[in-house]
Amino acid sequence: MLWDALTLQLGYNASLVAIGAALLGVSAGVTGTFLFLRKRALVSDAISHATLPGVCLAFMVLVAFGGDGRNLLGLLAGSALSAWVGLLCMNWLTRHTRLAEDAAIGAVLSVFFGFGIVLLTVIQTMGVGRQAGLEGFLLGSTAGMLWADALIIAVGGAATLVLVMILRRPMTMVAFDPEYAAARGLPVHRIDLAMMGLVMAVTVVGLKIVGLILIVALLIIPAVTARFWTERSDRVVLLAGVAGGVSGYVGAALSASAPNLPTGPIIVLVSFALFALSLLLAPVRGVLAAVLRHLRFQRRVHIRQGLLALAQGQKIYEPLTLRLLKRAGLARADGVATEAGKARAAKALRDEKRWEIVRADQAHEATAALYDGLRDIETVLTRDQIAEIDRQIGGPQGVVA
Amino acid sequence: MTLELAANHGVSVQENGLGSSPLAIRGLTVSYGQKPAVFSVDMTVQPGAMTAIIGPNGAGKSTLLKAALGIVPALSGQVTVYGDALEKQRARIAYVPQRASVDWDFPTRVIDVVLMGLSRQLGLLGRVRARHMACAMDCLNRVGMRDFADRQIGQLSGGQQQRVFLARALAQDADLYLLDEPFAGVDAATEKAIIAVLKALKEAGKTVVVVHHDLATVTDYFDHVFLINTSKVAEGPVNQAFTAETLQAAYGGRLATAQIDQISRALG
Repeated sequence: MLWDALTLQLGYNASLVAIGAALLGVSAGVTGTFLFLRKRALVSDAISHATLPGVCLAFMVLVAFGGDGRNLLGLLAGSALSAWVGLLCMNWLTRHTRLAEDAAIGAVLSVFFGFGIVLLTVIQTMGVGRQAGLEGFLLGSTAGMLWADALIIAVGGAATLVLVMILRRPMTMVAFDPEYAAARGLPVHRIDLAMMGLVMAVTVVGLKIVGLILIVALLIIPAVTARFWTERSDRVVLLAGVAGGVSGYVGAALSASAPNLPTGPIIVLVSFALFALSLLLAPVRGVLAAVLRHLRFQRRVHIRQGLLALAQGQKIYEPLTLRLLKRAGLARADGVATEAGKARAAKALRDEKRWEIVRADQAHEATAALYDGLRDIETVLTRDQIAEIDRQIGGPQGVVA
Repeated sequence: MTLELAANHGVSVQENGLGSSPLAIRGLTVSYGQKPAVFSVDMTVQPGAMTAIIGPNGAGKSTLLKAALGIVPALSGQVTVYGDALEKQRARIAYVPQRASVDWDFPTRVIDVVLMGLSRQLGLLGRVRARHMACAMDCLNRVGMRDFADRQIGQLSGGQQQRVFLARALAQDADLYLLDEPFAGVDAATEKAIIAVLKALKEAGKTVVVVHHDLATVTDYFDHVFLINTSKVAEGPVNQAFTAETLQAAYGGRLATAQIDQISRALG
């Protein structure tokens, strides 16, 4: 069943939804990345909730003029309009009052959403309202998706992608260093507005599939997921697009493979699964990699400390140090050094003295900065330099370097 | 009152309108609330010179630069760059912001940051070509950071980060360089590298303006000073404007007398 869904063999509607969701995922992932890089992830939440009154008002207008209240283009136009008003309110609040952005987001989000729910309730008491299915915009409803609806999503998503392509450099510059961008003459405020406008476009396009409550997940989670895998912003954008697209496609297919599985929430769960995998498994930035790195570092510290203790004839009390020394064949279980251990210990102590000289000498400043108590000195100094330092130390010569 | 002081010291302020100075400021006032951070400041930057902007903490040094560049809005005042409107001459200005102003965990490599300096050449859609890369690498080389090109910027030390910011400014190939506290919290090696680059810029006929906090190095590094404490205190060549009196006027009681004595002795 799932395989059929993934290969688009579950019928017309399911295929339409899967392709639409994949396209939406790509544009949401790519666009959302810039919001994430600008540290304004939550703005998308306010924008999406601000679409609701627009949807309802558009429905009322359509019906009042005798049109079809379910015309998707009309409803989306209405939602875009009210989201834009919400965006401007939020912008005005942060720029011209002492409210911080989080407070402005909270205010706009709740007021617009509340107003939208009132309108929704009113509509449902109207005769025509009951079959409108407007509440589908809250969490998305893909059951009755039409070819025309899919086309709107595809065209909207593609247009957003093109605009993001064009604006990617200025948006990255503003996200990284807004002051520098302003000094270069970039219109920082307008670029921010454009970025949020693009997020709004994706939100509006995504209303039908994931709905206004969950679209924020599709905007933010792919970017956060991608961040685990790379240190380059252009690749974060690319990977977020991939993560979003995969989530959309697989999520839609999953929900089509069994009856009564909601599309939007399943898409969000799939994207969360990708996030969780990345969080755990990503090299360098992943949790697992960090734990391993810490353990390896801890082992090196313990062995080094153990060697220095051996060299100075001190007793080792820490069981972990003893265990590690024993495993490396440097000491016996009772803490007495083996031959190899004695040699390594002497070298460790000698290195420590050499480092002392290096760190006290202004001429070695760059090298001294590398001291971390673990680094072997021959990895940072030449044989001749070490010999010179040994001459300064005096004492037994020719300790292996 | 401070204005009167400035008038008393009467240090070579050229009252020739706005002239064609690399950066000329008249009557600039900036306020973040009801209290001005910068009040009615005039400044005329000498072409081909290295100028230090000096003053106590919170004296409006950084704000002056930011307002001159339009980064923060000014309440009043005029700014001209090479005798022209700021917007027309922006390409000739390179700005190095404070290191603390950005998030160093941002996903970007050293080379990407320097390439931002070339954004005008690259345009919106232009590809990064070999000559752009060569230019960026050359700028990194000038600040001694060539080997770090592929590092994520968060892996650098504070001093190295500062040098990358300077490399980005160099990539712009500007005529006027404005640096905000480039020596704050950097290591000695970085300070040496930065001052060498700035002096080379000056040799090449460029104009350099630096917000500076270390009074001890002023005479070594700079030939002009601009003393500010909300309003202008003094402006001119170091040997005329950087004196015990002007320092006392700018810092008031905040500068220990011993320190002033030491500096004036150093000045001879």
